[in-house]
Amino acid sequence: MPQFDPSVFSPQLFWLLVTFIALYWLVSKVAVPRVGEVLEQRARVIQEDLDRAVQLKAETDAAAAAYEKAMADARSQAQDHMQAMQAELKAVAEKRTADISAQIGKQVSDAEQRIGAAKQSALDAMKGIAADTARDVVAKLTSLTPDTGAVDAAVAAALKETR
Amino acid sequence: MAHAAEGAHGPMEQFAIHNLIPIHVGGVDISYTNSALFMTFAVALTGMLFWGATRRRLMVPGRWQSVAELIYEFVADMVKSNAGKQAMPYFPFVFTLFLFILFGNFLGLMPYGFTFTSHIAVTAGMAVVIFIGVTVLGFVKHGLHFFSLFVPPGTPLAMCFILVPLELFSYLIRPLTLSLRLFANMLAGHVLLKVLAGFIIALGLVFGWVPLLAVFGITLLELLVAFLQAYVFALLTCIYLNDAINLH
Repeated sequence: MPQFDPSVFSPQLFWLLVTFIALYWLVSKVAVPRVGEVLEQRARVIQEDLDRAVQLKAETDAAAAAYEKAMADARSQAQDHMQAMQAELKAVAEKRTADISAQIGKQVSDAEQRIGAAKQSALDAMKGIAADTARDVVAKLTSLTPDTGAVDAAVAAALKETR
Repeated sequence: MAHAAEGAHGPMEQFAIHNLIPIHVGGVDISYTNSALFMTFAVALTGMLFWGATRRRLMVPGRWQSVAELIYEFVADMVKSNAGKQAMPYFPFVFTLFLFILFGNFLGLMPYGFTFTSHIAVTAGMAVVIFIGVTVLGFVKHGLHFFSLFVPPGTPLAMCFILVPLELFSYLIRPLTLSLRLFANMLAGHVLLKVLAGFIIALGLVFGWVPLLAVFGITLLELLVAFLQAYVFALLTCIYLNDAINLH
């Protein structure tokens, strides 16, 4: 077996040493730093991306919360506004209703007064007519001229009876 | 000539060392051989792979960069999970070891390839260096306390007389087991392939396809073994490092 021939030991060991050291140099000066750098850089980029994603998510959440809040505020504001509007409209309507009913009431009472006045004047006029008629009737029948005051009192008493 | 060629094609012929450039320094033979040539290939290929793959250092890796990163992370995880974070300064060494053996094993499976990991001198050379290095590291880190490695925690005093020699023996035999495992695996695989390949010719067209299929299957198996042995060698180195750095 060539493996156990001692004469081939020294060249193999010598070149093993030389080539192994050469490879060690290559590995420690080129392969390991370069690959290590790439892996480190990649890990860093991934970490940065993750950090940024977390940050962006926080920002998004904050924006969403702000939006929700603005929405809720606007909604409640609109509600308030609507309520105020309704109250105002109601007040206006009530005031107008009150005004109109007051006006109508005044017109009614005016009309009643007018009717009362007219009735009174009609009654007064009737009293005059009745007194005149009564005087004439008395004058025709008795040829007497009745006392105006007595006639008036009689008419008034008669009117009071009929009433 | 046909006879000479036949003689040169025994199953062991593939392990023969040929001098390519004879060099002798102070009576020591350090000739550049076919073994050294394939070690050079392994270094050159590894260098090319990692230099080429990491030239652009892309955020999203291309095909070759992915391969380089995959091997790097595979070995880095191996070191971290077996020897802890404190062993990371030795990561380049374990990485070099893994790549050297992996490429050596794979290059040996190429046609006309030579498997330098099938030589006990090479595997023992690496194993002895690892053994000495780890032992020195252990004594530097822990001083004489490193001897407590041979006393498993919670051992009754009476048991120590049996356990300490056993532990010591299993520690001292590490370079032997480490080097023999790789050497024997590579040797056996290549001998098996060569013997079966010889049967293809011997059995001819009629029955030759049976060993051919076997060679095909065993070549696949050997590809797995090539990776597995490099992995096991690096893994055991990590475990030895763990013993030296973290003791128990």
